[in-house]
Formats: sequence, structure tokens, C-alpha cells
Amino acid sequence: MEIIQLLISGVSQGCVYGLIALGFVLIYKATEMVNFAQGDVMMLGAYVAITFTSIWGWPYYWAVPATLLVMAGVGILLERLLFRPMIGEPHFAVLMLTIGLGFVLRALAGAIWGSEPRALQMPYVGDVLRMGEVVVGYENLAIIAGTALLCLLMWLFFRFTTVGLAMQAASQNQLAAFYVGIPVKRIFMLVWALSAVIAAIAGILTAPVSLVDPLIGFVGIKAFAAAIVGGFGSMPGAILGGLLVGIVEQLAGLYLPPGFADMSAYVLLLVMLVIRPQGLFATMQKKKV
Amino acid sequence: MSNLLEIRNLEAYYGPVMAIRGVSMEIPEGQVVSLLGANGAGKTTVLKTISGAMVPQKGTVSYQGRLITGRDPDWVARQGIAHVPEGREVFPFLSVDENLKMGAFSRRDREINADLERVYDYFPILKSFTKSQAVNLSGGQQQMLAIGRALMLRPTLMILDEPSLGLSPLLVQEISEIIKRLNAEEGLTVLLVEQNAKMALDLGDYGYVMEVGRIVMEDSCARLKEATDIQEFYLGMKDQGVRGRRRWKQRKTWR
Repeated sequence: MEIIQLLISGVSQGCVYGLIALGFVLIYKATEMVNFAQGDVMMLGAYVAITFTSIWGWPYYWAVPATLLVMAGVGILLERLLFRPMIGEPHFAVLMLTIGLGFVLRALAGAIWGSEPRALQMPYVGDVLRMGEVVVGYENLAIIAGTALLCLLMWLFFRFTTVGLAMQAASQNQLAAFYVGIPVKRIFMLVWALSAVIAAIAGILTAPVSLVDPLIGFVGIKAFAAAIVGGFGSMPGAILGGLLVGIVEQLAGLYLPPGFADMSAYVLLLVMLVIRPQGLFATMQKKKV
Repeated sequence: MSNLLEIRNLEAYYGPVMAIRGVSMEIPEGQVVSLLGANGAGKTTVLKTISGAMVPQKGTVSYQGRLITGRDPDWVARQGIAHVPEGREVFPFLSVDENLKMGAFSRRDREINADLERVYDYFPILKSFTKSQAVNLSGGQQQMLAIGRALMLRPTLMILDEPSLGLSPLLVQEISEIIKRLNAEEGLTVLLVEQNAKMALDLGDYGYVMEVGRIVMEDSCARLKEATDIQEFYLGMKDQGVRGRRRWKQRKTWR
């Protein structure tokens, strides 16, 4: 029973990693930039939700869409102000920019909301679902269900909508996308908005489980490992990599000496790089330049 | 007959390298205009400047009497200039169907499906691969897909960059036939860049010859075919000298 219990909490933690990893992958696929501030964008999303619910007293189900809207705006703003001018600049410059952005966001959050942990008030928090000996908190169920729903929506979006197809087209062949009349710059803006929204969803879902402080964005590094395990560039791979990291982490926490749990994501990453460097889903086989 | 596209004194650089040095061209509506030249002559650069992928340092491009120099390539495409770039730039992991639909991205009218059928009509072979990813098609099929995708834009002007590149003579023949049909049946204006000079001169109404960034010769294609320089350099006809051998030493150049 214990193992099932662990697997469930591993999956729910893994979903959060997976969602952040998804944000990494989306931006990387479209623009070939790696946004190391993705975790901090998640942190910002959680704080925006806390502001709406705890501070302004909005009902939860209003606060969530409002948060997503605000974060979509943040994503668009980041793209327009910081990342569009960086198109064509060397990779390390973009990398430094995103790392710097992470610092700025953390400092900003500390200045606005203080550094003591805050909780996101959620209607279902504290309730548990009992299945025999297994006890699952509703907040964990919400993470799993929320992630599953989001994955389904993303799949439908990329498979069946014109804009979703255009995003894929622009990521697969930018020049050809321009030549068929796809407004590539606007598509990139949408990609940033989408990835900020996904990060915000991760933040909202994880906030009731782990309290929110300005440093929770550092899980982004684990999520980065998850994205690589999944084969950087594959969206199902990002989620699967996240789940794998989450589960391995829980198991390491139980069976290995203390301290190993935090390391396990990177050990998994190293093992993956040795035995299957292209990741679980190799979509990087060739990308035309 | 009015000019659909006019290029005036275009100059463009790749860094410090001057790629085109004052090119002027006119493309009359409803005609096929061929642009010939060796590797590195600047043909592709001219096309890129037309479609907005490159911004020229000097000179203007006007389309339907309107200046389009320096606009974004997606905007230019939406004005009705479809550019089929060199080397079959398809969307590799989208299906053939999705590739074609992307060609109509900017269109909102109801005739997209009818146009899809029309493209399959021109390229029946694509019909049997509608659901497979473009990356799995052969080179010729990918080239057809790229042309078909450009047609989905309902262009007024189609720019074709080396459509025959890497294709078998049979496929080159087939693609030429289709370009001819498009021009005749749909009234499509075509700017064709080719190294395959025979194909370009057979298809074209009017031709320009480029060398090292300049237009060095222009005339109707019928007359270009007769010109000795063209025959010698581009059509590879043996120039029988007095002693019956090729005069390698006396090769002409316009440089």
C-alpha cells in the first residue's frame, strides 16, 4: 500500500515538473530559446492567484481565469520587451537574459509579497479521498486531473486548430511559415503567452501542496532535467519526463538515505544522458536551419 | 500590359559582401519571367528581397504599383506573392493535408476546400499521401507539395526558386508542364529562377541573365535561346572553333 501511496504523490509532484517542462519545451521548439526563468514565471503565477484570492478576497473560481489572463499578458510582455529583440542573438546571451530575468522576478516577488511562505486558499484543500488504505488529498488529485485535462486540451489545440498547426509549422520551418503568410512574430508571442499560462496553472495547482515563497521557482531546474529526460523538444516527453522525475524522487526518498531525493532528478538525468542521450521521445532527429 | 512587379536598382549585402549590385527587373502580368545565372550570381537574393526575407540597402520593389520594400515576409505573402523557396521547404512533421492547409493560413473564405481539390487535381500523386508526414515524401513529391502549398494562397505572383533542383529529368518535365498549365489556365504570373537554363528558357516569355550580382542580359526567351553566349554558357552547346575544339581559353565574361 505504501508504494501506491508513494506513486500517487510522485505522480502529482511529477505533474508539476511536467507542466513546467512543457513550458520549456514549447518555447524551445518555437524559438530555440531556453527560458530558465520558467520556474519563476510559475512562482509569479502562484502569487498572482494568491493576490486575487487571499488578499483581494475574490472567489477561487474567478481568481483562476483572472490569473491565467494576467499571466498570458505577462508572457506577451516578456516576449515583446525582452525576447523579440534577442532573435538571432547568440544562445548564451539569451540564456543569461533568462537567468537574469529569474533573479529579477524573485526579487520583485520578495519586494511585493515578502519572503515568508504564503498559502493559496483553495475550496477543496484538506479533504481527502480514501481508497482502502490509500489516502489521497484532493489537492493532489486536482494536480493530476488538472494536468490530464490540460494535456488533452493541448493535444486538441495542436492537432485540430489552425493556430495550433501554425505554431507547429512555424517551429518546424520558420522560413516556409513566413512564406505561406503565417505571422510568425505573432505566433511566437502566442507561444510565450501559452507557456506563461501553463506555468501559472502549475503554480496554482502546486500552491496548496507546497506553500508559496519567492524561491519555489527553483523547481524549474528539476523540471529542466525532466524536459531533457523526455527528449527536449517533445511535449509528451516533457510530461512523461516530469512524471518519471517525480516518481523516482519519491522512491529515492523512501529507499535511499536522506538527501538522495533531491539529487535523484539529476542522477536520472545523468543516467538518461548515458543510455539514451536523445531522451525518451527523440524528435530532435533533424531540424532544418 | 501592366507590370505586376517592378524592381528598381536593388542593392543588397550579406555583411560586407555585396550580393546584388543594382538590379532592375519588370514582371508583366500574366507572363512567365525567367531569371538565369550561375551559382552565387545573386538570383536567390533577388527573390529574398522581393518576398521580404531580406531588406535591401538601396532600391525599391513595388507590387501592383505599391511599394513593398522592407515589409515582413508574411505580410508580402498575404498580398498575393507566393514564394516557393529553394530546396523544398515543407513542414516536415505535418501531414500533406496540413501542409496544404497551412498554405491557406491567411485566407478566411469558404473556397479553401475547393482549392485543396484543385491542388490534388494538379498533383494527383499527393492525393495518395494526404495523411502521411511530409518528411516521408520523396524529393519530387516534396517539391510538388511546396508548389501546391503556395497555390493554396491563391497567389497573383508565384516565385519559384530552382524547382528542378535535384529532380530526375522526368520530374523536371512534369513540373514544367504544371507551371505552364498554371500560367495558361489560372493566369498566374511566374518568376522562375533556374540553373536548368533549357527549362527556364522553354517556359519563360521573357528572361534575365544575372552574373555576379548584375543583370547582364535581358530579352525575350525565344531570342535568348538564339544568343550565342547563352548557348555556350548555359545550354552547353559546343562552340565549334576553327579547329573544331572548344575555346576554353577565350571564355567570355561580362565581369
